[in-house]
Amino acid sequence: MPEINMFRRVKLFIIYIVIIFCIFLGLPQLLSSYFLHVLILILYFSFLGSAWNILGGYAGQFSFGHSAFFGVGAYTSSLLYIKIGISPWIGMFIGGILAAILGGFIGYLTFRYKLRGAFFALSTFAFSEMLRIIALNWEFTGKAVGILIPLIQGGSLQHFQFLNKITYYYTILFMLLTIWLVQYSFDHFKFGYYLKAIREEEEAAGSLGINILKYKTIALIISGFFTALGGTFYAQYMFYIDPDITFGTNVTIEMIVRTMLGGAGTVFGPLIGSTIIELASEVMRSLLGEYKGLHMMFYAIILILVMIFFPNGMMGLLRGKKKEEQKGI
Amino acid sequence: MSFLEIRNLYKSFGGLIAVRNVTVSIERGEIIGLIGPNGAGKTTIFNLISGTFPPDSGVIIFEGENIVGMIDYQVCQKGISRTYQIMKPFNKLTVMENILVGAFNKIKKKRLAMEFSLDLLNFVGLYSKRNDLASNLTIAEKKSLELARALATQPKLLLLDEVMAGLNPKEQNDAINLIMEINRKGITLLVIEHKMKIIMAISNRIIALHNGEKIAEGTPEEISNHPKVIEAYLGGKDTLA
Amino acid sequence: MDLGMLLEAIAYGLLSGGVYALIGVGLNLIFGVMKIINFAHGSFLMLGMYCTYWLSIFFNIDPYVSLIITIPFLFFIGIIIQKFLINPIIGYPEDNQLVLTMGVMLFLENIALFLWGPDFRTVKVSYAGTVFPLFNIRLNALRLIAFVGGLFLALILYIFLKKTDIGKAIRASSEEREGAYAVGINVKKIQLISFGIGTACAGAAGTLITPFFYISPTVGHLFLLTAFMVVVLGGMGSFFGAIFGGFIIGVMESLGAVIFPGSIGQIVPFSLFVIILLFKPKGLFMR
Repeated sequence: MPEINMFRRVKLFIIYIVIIFCIFLGLPQLLSSYFLHVLILILYFSFLGSAWNILGGYAGQFSFGHSAFFGVGAYTSSLLYIKIGISPWIGMFIGGILAAILGGFIGYLTFRYKLRGAFFALSTFAFSEMLRIIALNWEFTGKAVGILIPLIQGGSLQHFQFLNKITYYYTILFMLLTIWLVQYSFDHFKFGYYLKAIREEEEAAGSLGINILKYKTIALIISGFFTALGGTFYAQYMFYIDPDITFGTNVTIEMIVRTMLGGAGTVFGPLIGSTIIELASEVMRSLLGEYKGLHMMFYAIILILVMIFFPNGMMGLLRGKKKEEQKGI
Repeated sequence: MSFLEIRNLYKSFGGLIAVRNVTVSIERGEIIGLIGPNGAGKTTIFNLISGTFPPDSGVIIFEGENIVGMIDYQVCQKGISRTYQIMKPFNKLTVMENILVGAFNKIKKKRLAMEFSLDLLNFVGLYSKRNDLASNLTIAEKKSLELARALATQPKLLLLDEVMAGLNPKEQNDAINLIMEINRKGITLLVIEHKMKIIMAISNRIIALHNGEKIAEGTPEEISNHPKVIEAYLGGKDTLA
Repeated sequence: MDLGMLLEAIAYGLLSGGVYALIGVGLNLIFGVMKIINFAHGSFLMLGMYCTYWLSIFFNIDPYVSLIITIPFLFFIGIIIQKFLINPIIGYPEDNQLVLTMGVMLFLENIALFLWGPDFRTVKVSYAGTVFPLFNIRLNALRLIAFVGGLFLALILYIFLKKTDIGKAIRASSEEREGAYAVGINVKKIQLISFGIGTACAGAAGTLITPFFYISPTVGHLFLLTAFMVVVLGGMGSFFGAIFGGFIIGVMESLGAVIFPGSIGQIVPFSLFVIILLFKPKGLFMR
């Protein structure tokens, strides 16, 4: 009976989530500031990776310009805060909306003209570069100097600044949970099925009644929205943004790498990828010291090896094992 | 007013004319066979009907409405579905999920869509494979999947492109029975097929194409004796006997 | 802004175009034969630059002369990378291929960062200031040499592709891979060689611009998007398309820099790129 199956699966998923959530909830109490920082990074990158994943993993449209949304989020909240004093929480939401509009624009343009694969990737790259150049040359955004978020003594909730890392931790945890819920709902509702169909066989999907343009664009909008939220978080955690940090390729690459490593198109893929990379980075850093570029080199090697040997990422590996177990029964 | 009416359809690619002035009329409930040597324009006509690309000129009137210019998903929503000669299963999805995608065309709620899909899986004989990944199926099973997926959209007109290719005689027999059963349920069928015996057996009428033009139209008996058709197939391995 | 400035900008752009053309034909070759978008192309340019730099520091070799060494060296590196990293993923889904070449790019950049640090370096030549006047326009010698060098190398590549057996095999493989197998062409070897040639082109371009451009581990980023724009503009798979694409991008970039303040002008080629992608994705020169 399929209903019981689904009910059991939902129950299992909720149990997983609750367990993981409790672990994550309790962890910060045990950890020093340094490890908490690493944990925050893991969750932060999982969040960003998940945002990219919505378009890249689920809908199968590989974007190389996601930093456009990141930057829009970071700059919107920061500018609104600095210039008009609007709370970054509100600014975050506004940034998300702007990014969503940008996503709609880019989506309509590129998807209407059927840009796919590398062509799509390149056009999104062109967009993020254009935004970077605009930010670099615009007085309003501070040009190359960027924006420095003024520190508030003792932190402040309304100003989205916290003395204690723990609050940042809970914030990003909550954000991550939200995006997981969104992704989970994709997996179980028509929208998600349609995205995956588009990813698998776009032409067949069309002939089955799926409005490709509409769904791809919606995926891009949602993806952009969440990415922008991540941008604001970054601004409020690091206190400094500039055109390169926000609109540059580094952010985009970080998002892509963690997701592909963990497994695109899965809910937990970005988390797994993120964990592996952060832990590997930290290990590398402690073993090899602060040599510039060394740990990135190893991370590049990991990436290359995974792409060759585990094309479906870590989740693909896990699923493969599960399949073998099932066959063995 | 016929069910599907194609008038003066033209389509060319670059300098090559793929479909030349084709006019066809199909009544509701018929099984129409579409035959012709390779390159005759059969799949192109399917693509034109299903909205994959628009014709250069001509009209396609479905249930009184001209569907030329509609995008493929719109055509599907109007009630025309198709299968592909080169199969396109959603490989990383399960069989069940593949069908679900089709079912969502007309059914909004997931629970209802799932019930409908399970019935359909039963109908085509894939129920036991419902949780398998589409990529793990045999050729015959994939064909059934492709068919079921198109059926899930609840079409009024179903375009089948070479469903028999790659099937052994027993599987072909099953497929024929399935097609007849689908027709009995009220779905009109337009079938492209190379295997003459099969086409002759199942079709109410047959339309023969050659070099993009319609060269003959009639009952299976009329077609098998038609001089132009015989000429078109002369030397080909598809015989009419 | 007067006509003089405009002409000078156009001339300047054409000179840059020569180098872009060389980068473009290299990328084009790789794409044509392997259907892979090579994100690491800019990094090979960077390696070419560093190669030239070290040759100049340790052996006092003039950058242009060092082409004799950097070209085969980059060719060799390209072959190694193709054989061990690119070849395994040829049939894989496109996303994986993109990420893999991204990984190669990251690796190369960071190995450069690790070995040589992030500081900018330059190579100075004694004849840096020379200027060739052409009518009213002053052509900078270094850029002129780069232009000539770029086109010359592209020409050699063209002759190679047209006249030699290997060249013909390469063209066959890029047009119709299955057919190439069928006539007995060792496609794997061809892919290997093509990739090597492609990276050698990028490396050579790097060498050519070293005298007037700064060297840093991430310099490849700047040229990456440009390289793609050149190739897409001209039409992926078209040799001459890449050449023309190079000139068009060069001139667009240059005009943009002159017409708009600051670096806003860089948007000009990007906008053109997006427009071409939308309306003529096959490029301006593909039929």
